[in-house]
Amino acid sequence: MNKKQKKMLTRIIISAVMLIALAFIPVSGIVRFFLYLIPYIVIGYDILRKAWRGILNRQIFDENFLMTIATIGAIIIGIINSGDYTEAIAVMLFYQVGELFQSYAVGKSRRNISELMDIRPDYANIELEGKLIKADPDEVAIGTIIIVNPGEKVPIDGIVTEGSSSLNTSALTGESLPRDVKAGDEIISGCINMTGVLKIRTTREFGESTVSKILDLVENAGSRKSKSENFISKFAAIYTPAVCCIALALAVIPPIASIFTAYIDGRAGVWIYRALAFLVASCPCALVISIPLSFFAGLGGASSEGILVKGSNYMEALSKTSCVAFDKTGTLTRGVFEVNAIHHHTLPEEKLIEYAAHAEGFSSHPIALSIIRSYGSEPDLSRVSDFQEISGNGITAKVDGISIAAGNDKLMKNLCIDYKPCHMAGTVIHMAVDGKYAGHIVISDILKPNSVRAVKGLKKAGIKRTFMLTGDTKSAAIAVAEELGVDDFRCELLPQDKVDLIEILLGENPRGTKLAFVGDGINDAPVLSRADIGIAMGAMGSDAAIEAADVVLMDDDPMKIVKAIRISRKCMGIVYQNIVFAIAIKVLSLILVALGMANMWIAIFADVGVMILAVLNAIRALFVKKL
Amino acid sequence: MKKIYKIEVDCANCANKMEISANKTPGVKSAAVNFMTQKMTVEFDEGADITAVMKEVEKNCKKVEDDCVIYM
Repeated sequence: MNKKQKKMLTRIIISAVMLIALAFIPVSGIVRFFLYLIPYIVIGYDILRKAWRGILNRQIFDENFLMTIATIGAIIIGIINSGDYTEAIAVMLFYQVGELFQSYAVGKSRRNISELMDIRPDYANIELEGKLIKADPDEVAIGTIIIVNPGEKVPIDGIVTEGSSSLNTSALTGESLPRDVKAGDEIISGCINMTGVLKIRTTREFGESTVSKILDLVENAGSRKSKSENFISKFAAIYTPAVCCIALALAVIPPIASIFTAYIDGRAGVWIYRALAFLVASCPCALVISIPLSFFAGLGGASSEGILVKGSNYMEALSKTSCVAFDKTGTLTRGVFEVNAIHHHTLPEEKLIEYAAHAEGFSSHPIALSIIRSYGSEPDLSRVSDFQEISGNGITAKVDGISIAAGNDKLMKNLCIDYKPCHMAGTVIHMAVDGKYAGHIVISDILKPNSVRAVKGLKKAGIKRTFMLTGDTKSAAIAVAEELGVDDFRCELLPQDKVDLIEILLGENPRGTKLAFVGDGINDAPVLSRADIGIAMGAMGSDAAIEAADVVLMDDDPMKIVKAIRISRKCMGIVYQNIVFAIAIKVLSLILVALGMANMWIAIFADVGVMILAVLNAIRALFVKKL
Repeated sequence: MKKIYKIEVDCANCANKMEISANKTPGVKSAAVNFMTQKMTVEFDEGADITAVMKEVEKNCKKVEDDCVIYM
């Protein structure tokens, strides 16, 4: 609890104790009035002041005004009738209890969320004349060597020049597995260095670093309001004046009408009391507070999972997604070439790869590099002799004295070796060992481990249509599309074709539903901005993606797309629950009060109760781990 | 010119009200209040006197939400 809240708690306790004590003191008349006035002022002075200020500033109709009118009215009725002031004070008391609870709950969840996103570095260590000094990250120039000790945050993007360590990226990506870095690796600000001291040469200014971009994004997330929030603002603007008018009508019309008919209770006091209770019951707090809070909890919960949604409008749109279009390379596939299959091999796979890796050991061709990567360790080049690279064909070499040929169809034809053609998409490397055909290795871009699960997950989450876009060849596209189980695909697309295609898809999408496009953000910026929701993935370090997209996935796991949609559905579900629940209870209690079936006590209980339930429900949007 | 100010505001709706009145203040091109991070981002008009404009912003915010604080 902060100072303000503690003060409020003290006021509530003092006023409640006095109220109870006064019930046992037998005084009457003017003394009684002044005695009861003390707890009323203790509990309500700030409300009265705010209401007064509101009137001065022509901001009349707010909850402070409602509470002031209702309680003062109740006190006046007390003076005229029975001398019972308890009701007015109790109403104020409960109202303040509700406000206190709400401010406490909101403050607590706000702090929780802020802590999750606490990635702002406070300083950067610079070595100056042999001493470490703590500098303001803003003042560190590009190319400076900074030192990051274990336990510290990496303040600025750069390249590791010395040291190796594990990085905790969970604040950025929601991924709990540490990431290892060594000298020469790129490093992204916002990660926490866990094990070893790192020296980093900065490659950007602080203001351009990943951490600044992300903080900027999070800080501006609140500025894009959703339709639901706008609805609430508009609703509150007409609602309060409207209930005030109804309350006035309730106080005036029935007593006048009773002159003409005997069926209506003619006592003015009864109707004024009902009108005041009506005002108490009408307070729109639950709605006004819980809707922004639901969005804020949803956005916070999402960012704790490494999903940055740029505003509650996108949260709303995301929940209405019916079609998801993907870019293939870098989004569903890794975007790097790897050994994908080995066919018709006469030797064990490992042996074939071993020969291939050694034969290609002297080559720096990307294909050679991917074969070596697949071999898993550095080839022992002392085993290799007679290495010869035949440009456009492949390689011949002797490994352990055995002649090896690795290359394409042409190489096999030149060497008069009978080879088997491959039906798979990708680059094919035929292998001949000791002059005999030994099978071929297929190298292609491979799917990310979660891509198939992600497409299935989207279907399960009720996404009607999944669509894959790629600039790749038809055979490659068909293979990937079939493996993934996407509904449809288009291949051999140029970047501008992708925008046109998105336009067509947008036209085909049913009204009221949204189309999301997922890309890696590097050359998809126009498509990302054209789609209803642009989702950029693997955005760590990519400014273009962060700027163009509406939703940014910090790591490149496609399952996060499913998660983002689930989070948005949950958040919007809570928003609608709160709207319906709060309005329904409000209308019910207003009707009961107007008919005289509920008094001011019930009215305030209904108001505070609905608000507490709505706030608790809103906080539920924060819990998204298990979605 | 864009500046970020730390603020203190208790409820999400009050933050909305502050945002509306900050936006109405002359000299402010656009203003956004983030309740979650308790920050107000203000973009000023070209050539505006920032200190004077912020004083007005504070005054206008106090009108709609008496309890709010803007740290300048």
